[in-house]
Amino acid sequence: MDWGFIFERVMTAAIGPEVIVFALAAIGLNVQFGYAGLLNFGQVGFMAAGAYGVGMAVYWLNISFWWGIGLGLVYATVLAMLLGVPTLRLRADYLAIVTIASSETIRLFVRWRGNSGRTGASEGIGEFARPFYDLNPFDNAARYQFGPFNFLGRDLWVVLVGWILVAIALLLVWQWMRSPWGRALKAIREDEDAARALGKNSYVYKLQALLIGGLIASVAGMLQVIQKAAVQPDTFNPVITFMIWTILILGGPGRVWSPVVGSMIYWSLIVFLENVLRQLPPGTRSTLESTIKLSDFNISQFRFILVGLGLILLARYRPQGIFGSREEMALDDR
Amino acid sequence: MTDEAFTPGLTAGGGGAAALRATEYDNPVAGVFDDVEQVPGAAKPDPILVADGVVKTFGGLTAVDVAHLEIQRGAITALIGPNGAGKTTFFNLLTGFDRPDRGSVSLEGEDISRVAPHRLARRGMVRTFQLTKALSRMTVVDNMKLGATGQRGESIWRSLLGPLWSAQESEVGERAEELLDRFNMSHMADEFAGTLSGGQRKLIEMARALMTDPKLVMLDEPMAGVNPALTQSLLGHVKGLRAEGRSVIFVEHDMDVVRDISDWVVVMAEGQIIAEGTPDSIGKNQAVVDAYLGQHHDQDLSVESPAGGSSDEVGESDG
Ligand SMILES: Nc1ncnc2c1ncn2[C@@H]1O[C@H](COP(=O)(O)OP(=O)(O)OP(=O)(O)O)[C@@H](O)[C@H]1O
Ligand SMILES: [Mg+2]
Repeated sequence: MDWGFIFERVMTAAIGPEVIVFALAAIGLNVQFGYAGLLNFGQVGFMAAGAYGVGMAVYWLNISFWWGIGLGLVYATVLAMLLGVPTLRLRADYLAIVTIASSETIRLFVRWRGNSGRTGASEGIGEFARPFYDLNPFDNAARYQFGPFNFLGRDLWVVLVGWILVAIALLLVWQWMRSPWGRALKAIREDEDAARALGKNSYVYKLQALLIGGLIASVAGMLQVIQKAAVQPDTFNPVITFMIWTILILGGPGRVWSPVVGSMIYWSLIVFLENVLRQLPPGTRSTLESTIKLSDFNISQFRFILVGLGLILLARYRPQGIFGSREEMALDDR
Repeated sequence: MTDEAFTPGLTAGGGGAAALRATEYDNPVAGVFDDVEQVPGAAKPDPILVADGVVKTFGGLTAVDVAHLEIQRGAITALIGPNGAGKTTFFNLLTGFDRPDRGSVSLEGEDISRVAPHRLARRGMVRTFQLTKALSRMTVVDNMKLGATGQRGESIWRSLLGPLWSAQESEVGERAEELLDRFNMSHMADEFAGTLSGGQRKLIEMARALMTDPKLVMLDEPMAGVNPALTQSLLGHVKGLRAEGRSVIFVEHDMDVVRDISDWVVVMAEGQIIAEGTPDSIGKNQAVVDAYLGQHHDQDLSVESPAGGSSDEVGESDG
């Protein structure tokens, strides 16, 4: 087994575009769930809103890619209002129900044939991200190696911009959560009626949290489709939402850094397992093939099974996540 | 308000000492009720809160049906009644947490029947809950700071610019520490509120409510589940509120407590106000005795009973 190669792959993945996209989406979910206690099971819908904003600006409206970023943010804002305004006065479960339904509705709507002139239907949209790569200070096609990291020039540009965005998002969240605004938000998470009795308009706070989290996720969606250079409806399936949840729980909700660390660990593990499984010595490999039917085709499913096992162990031995405190978590049960 | 007037007495020692000193508070409304008729719906000289024809039904059950009630400004009014009488529901209706089917409520002459709870809190009407609501995963001092109203840093934009609110934040912090000190809770300031005992939660909830600098404080069973020594100290704090010129309404089952601190007693049964009067006379009221005996034959109603009659404590402790 070529451990040097595996190490390089894992290190590169740990700071790569996927980690950034999921870290951003999880930072958004952290604002919503970690600090405000909102059950948003449709985060991928906000990613799609951002992605289709940039895609549709170019493909349908024939306006600049840069306007598309604005359009994506508008889409996400509209989505947050549609989801939040009718439900956030009600019990927490209602938001969960509508968000679950919304992200699938969005995916089915954009891939509907009648929308092919606007969203590209099931084919999606390509050829829209050029203005982004025109600004690339690196050579799009060249390979860059520094230390254990190895990126194609175009990805390096995505990664650079991506980490700047992550840094901005973390800074915002950090400042918000140390302010009286964040304190009110946490109070609403703990007990909405207590916060209301003390003069806090919980409805507005929850709406703000849903919106902020949704906007951050929409930026994640934009970055994702820019990196892939394609907007595809089936990228935005509900599994993505649950991966984002996994990452947040892994890191520990309600902590500024946890989405980033959660995302890094999650994707490093996936890449590590994939590479190890592909490079197993022939003896081990054939044993696994005859016993559990491991083959080249199902390695990628198999690594998710292993990650799932890992998560079960996490839930058993460290339910509070990497950053969470067990004592704090136990307070919930009183 | 008259902070200096009572702070020394309460910060002097532990719960017991504080309680002893607490009896030294003078009563600014002494004598106010002398001319008030002891009947349901009686008019008060200077009402802060007035409820009129307030009705709330849950399905077929009429939980609250209050024809008329006036709450005297600056006084401690006890709201008593058997379990299920509708006291908590009435609180919810007064504070905007629930909407009445009919009727109106006014605070200082202004109609507040359709005003949201958070707006009422900002207008100086604050409540606590029968089932204590400690914000578990926040520290005690953060629980306190939350209570302050009009915080500039609570706006989503201004919160991003620390200098806009940091000065106010330290003021709020100082006030929180003062109040914690008054309630003998300073040593717990940096603990998570979820680690507090049931009685301590009652204390923090009351202290937190005071951070709003309320005119009218509504306490739903503040002493339930609290040990006798702590009860004494809580009683002292309630008297302190009156000394500061605040109005207090509190729900309580223990008649000794009611007799000790209240200026006026309102009795509810089956949703209606069945009696009003001074604490000394209310126990002799036949309607009140009947209402209680209907539910609790062992209810201690004798106002002359010795202290320690808390064995009939029927309030729920926290959940
Ligand atoms: N949300 C609700 N739905 C249906 N019935 C309710 C509801 N809230 C209260 N009730 C009913 O209204 C009546 C009054 O209840 P409430 O809680 O106001 O009583 P209480 O006087 O506070 O009693 P306790 O002293 O036990 O706290 C009870 O019969 C109760 O079952
Ligand atoms: Mg009650």
